[in-house]
Formats: sequence, C-alpha cells, structure tokens
Amino acid sequence: MAVSHLQCKECKAEYPLEALYVCERCFGPLEVAYDHSSLTAGGARDLGELRRRIQGGPQNIWRYADFLPLAGGPPGPSGRLASRVGLPAGCTPLVRADRLAAALGLREVWVKNDAANPTHSFKDRVVSVAVARARELGFRTIACASTGNLANSVAAHGAALGLDSYVFIPADLEEQKVLATGVYGTKLVGVKGSYDDVNRLCTELCAERDWAFVNINLRPYYAEGSKTLAFEIAEQLGWELPDRCIVPIASGSLFTKIAAGFREWSELGLTDNPARPQPRMNGAQAQGCSPVAKAFADGHDVCRPVRPDTIAKSLAIGNPADGPYALELARASGGAIDAVSDEEIRAGIALLARTTGIFTETAGGVTTAVLAKLAARGDIDPDERVVLVITGEGLKTLDAVRGTFETCAIEPTVEAFDSEVADALSV
Amino acid sequence: MAVLVKIPTQLRAAAGGESEAEVDGATVREVLDGLFERHAELRARISDEDGSLRRFVNVYLAGEDIRFLDGLATPVAEGAELTILPAVAGG
Repeated sequence: MAVSHLQCKECKAEYPLEALYVCERCFGPLEVAYDHSSLTAGGARDLGELRRRIQGGPQNIWRYADFLPLAGGPPGPSGRLASRVGLPAGCTPLVRADRLAAALGLREVWVKNDAANPTHSFKDRVVSVAVARARELGFRTIACASTGNLANSVAAHGAALGLDSYVFIPADLEEQKVLATGVYGTKLVGVKGSYDDVNRLCTELCAERDWAFVNINLRPYYAEGSKTLAFEIAEQLGWELPDRCIVPIASGSLFTKIAAGFREWSELGLTDNPARPQPRMNGAQAQGCSPVAKAFADGHDVCRPVRPDTIAKSLAIGNPADGPYALELARASGGAIDAVSDEEIRAGIALLARTTGIFTETAGGVTTAVLAKLAARGDIDPDERVVLVITGEGLKTLDAVRGTFETCAIEPTVEAFDSEVADALSV
Repeated sequence: MAVLVKIPTQLRAAAGGESEAEVDGATVREVLDGLFERHAELRARISDEDGSLRRFVNVYLAGEDIRFLDGLATPVAEGAELTILPAVAGG
C-alpha cells in the first residue's frame, strides 16, 4: 500500500501510523503521508491501469483504497468483496442541476448528494476509514464528539461491525438526530453544553481511555475519508475537475480534504488536463456560527472562537480545528468563505428542494444559500462548472421547514376538492 | 495563588512524566510562566516566540476557553484548574 507515515502539517516531524493526532514538538495536527511512486512507475500505461482498477472496484469508497490510509488494504476478504463488510459508504449521485442553475443565472451546476449514504450524511465516509484503521490498530471500542451526523454514523458502524461505541453530543441536539443514534444501541451521552464543550470533554477522555475517538486520536485517518468526495466528483465528471466547489465548513476538515483529494489526483496525472487550475474553493457557514467566514472577511489567518447560535447545528463548531487551513485554502484557490442567515438557510433548503428534488438538512441549506449569494454577487462566471456539496439529509432537521408551506385537509369528495382547492388554485 | 495545571499526554514527556502540576500565579500568563520555569522544554512547545500561545493550543480555566475571558491576562483564583489541550480535535 502507498500509505507511508504520519507527518506534522506545521513542522513536518514524522510519526508512525498509530493512534496519534498531535505533534509533540509544536502541537500541530498530524496528517497521513503517502508514497505513490509505485502506482505510476510505468507512466501513462500505469495511469490507465489505475483508472481501470478504480472503475472495476467496489461501488463504495474502497474503490479508492490506493489513496486511503489502511495498512492492509480494504476491509474484507478481497478488494471486490469490500462492500460486504460493515456499512459501505460513498458512490453517491452527482446530479446535474439545470433548474437550480437557471434559477441562479448559471449554466452548469452539479449537486453531489451525500445524503445518499448509509446513515444519510458524508460522515459515513470518514467513519468507514477511521473505524477500519481502528480495527487494524486493535481497538475494540469506538467513540466520537458529534454535532449529530457523526453520532448517527459512529453508532451505526459500531453496530455493523460489533464494536462497542460511545457517542457524545450536545444535550440540546435535534430530536431526529438523537433518535437516529440511540436506535443502534450505542451508549449515547448528552452533554450539557455546546459542541465545543463536548469536544473538550472528549479530548480529555481520549487521554484516559483506550478508545478510538474517530475525530480525535484517529482524526488523521478519519479526515482522509473526505478525500473520497473529491475522487468521486472527478471520476463522475469523466476524470475532470470542476471549476469551483461550494462546501460547508464546521471544523474545516471536509473543506480542506476535498481540495487535497483533487490535488492528489492532479499531481499523479490521474485527472485530464493536469495543467488545469485547481478548483476555487468556497466555504459556507451560518452567520450564527461563522468564525472562519469572519476571519476571512477580516483578513486574519486564525479564527477567534465564537458561541454558536444557529439552526445549522451540524455546523455549530465555534472553535474550528482546521480554521487556519480553511482560510489559507480559500485565499490560495481564489475562492472565499461566506456566511448566511437562518432565513437564508431556510430559503436555501427550499430552493434546492424545489429545483432538484433533493431535500437537505440545514447544513445543505447553508451551502445552497451561499451558492445563491455568490451567484447574485456576480462572483461566478456563468460558464463555470460548479459543484455544490450537499452533506446531509433533510429528514434529520425537520423543524427547519415546519411552517414554511400550507396544506389543506378536505372531505373525500370531488365537491370539496373543487370548492376548497381547485378554485383557490384556479385549476 | 496555587493553581492546578492539567498537562496533556502529548506534553508529559517534556514535563517529567507529570500529568498535573501545582503552580503559583495571579494570571494565566503567570501560571504558565511558573510551569515553564519548572519544565523549560514546555515553553517552546506551546508558546510562540512573542510569548503568545501557539495557534493549535487551547487553554481552559475551569472548563472555559481563555479566549472568551481575558486571554493570558485572565486572573486566576486560588485552587482554580487550568487545562492545556490540543486544538486539533473534532469536526
């Protein structure tokens, strides 16, 4: 396999591929380093072979196993049987959204619908990778600090693989996300406080327990799972990159890893037109929790933490771990990071639903609203190929759409329909 | 004033294996300086050259991020608990 070692993103110190996440020298984050030289040693012929291997792989993220941090390859008896182990994630639809594009005065908009994962959010990608690595490292218990979607995913993966799981969430999370976690039989702990309080508690617990906290001590492996979104987008676009991606930002990990995935494949020559610029990366936050958007607007390179107050609870991280890297990426790629109000989020959910048939949760409302904002501001050239990354399912945040439309209840007669509905609608 | 400083696992080797230390000081900065006097190696690990905290270090006073208080100038009371943690978690 191509996975090589862990490396500090700040001081470049190297570490073994263990359950480590922080550089002991400078406290910087560790990330996975690879050596892809064996993949492309034979030049263009090897690249063609690599493309065919990916296309012939399982219909899930393990088709990209060459770019994921497992020492023993994909889980399961063979690469082709990987989809029989656990809860395979990925291979979600990339939908051409012409009606959404037309509504915004754009020509080519695609929606990557990652609600179509086993527990209905992109978190299944990162959890699949983290849990597979945790099993390689011999852990028997998995855990996480979550704003909701991760809770669903960790609980479900624990159930699928027969691992004990502990899931820590803010006690005031949406009921749908609490129910869709507890049902899997996990040990669910509601913490009286914000997500940042939950995260601090879990960081302390992580030092005391021999558990695999997927987004703490397994975070370098976990984060790599987000690259598969970029790989799928490129593969689904016929081995081409988009011009621009709109991605929600909570910790900033997804945002930065999607760009890392595009760059990794371009550098290998796996995508067409290697000279083509990397996609512009636009980050999306809710105004009620926008430390990264604010730092972007103010020209700062670090984020000042905030106390979240927004309906987009899955993005409500006031102290984003990858904030500095998200800022660097937005600036270097020619993108931006914008924030939208709760009203704009509701309008974003409705716009996506009514033009694409895709019902997203509040985070997707944030992302769609930022796309609408960029289009209205004239930031997007109409000829750009834009990908909107929808990370979660609308059924998880039903309160956001309650009261946004009217229904009527009538007697089961044609007369009642004619008098109470047809006349009102002039049909 | 004596404050209990909780040291994260990643720094314990540089702190003689200690997981916590009692340090005197009237502000967060004084407490950290006291800690650095005892374990000189810790200073470069968590502080920048200008004396501010590195960007991936979080410090909490009684569970509250000191950036919501008065930063390094935040006063500390006798018996308070100061926790140093890596910032690169979660999400």
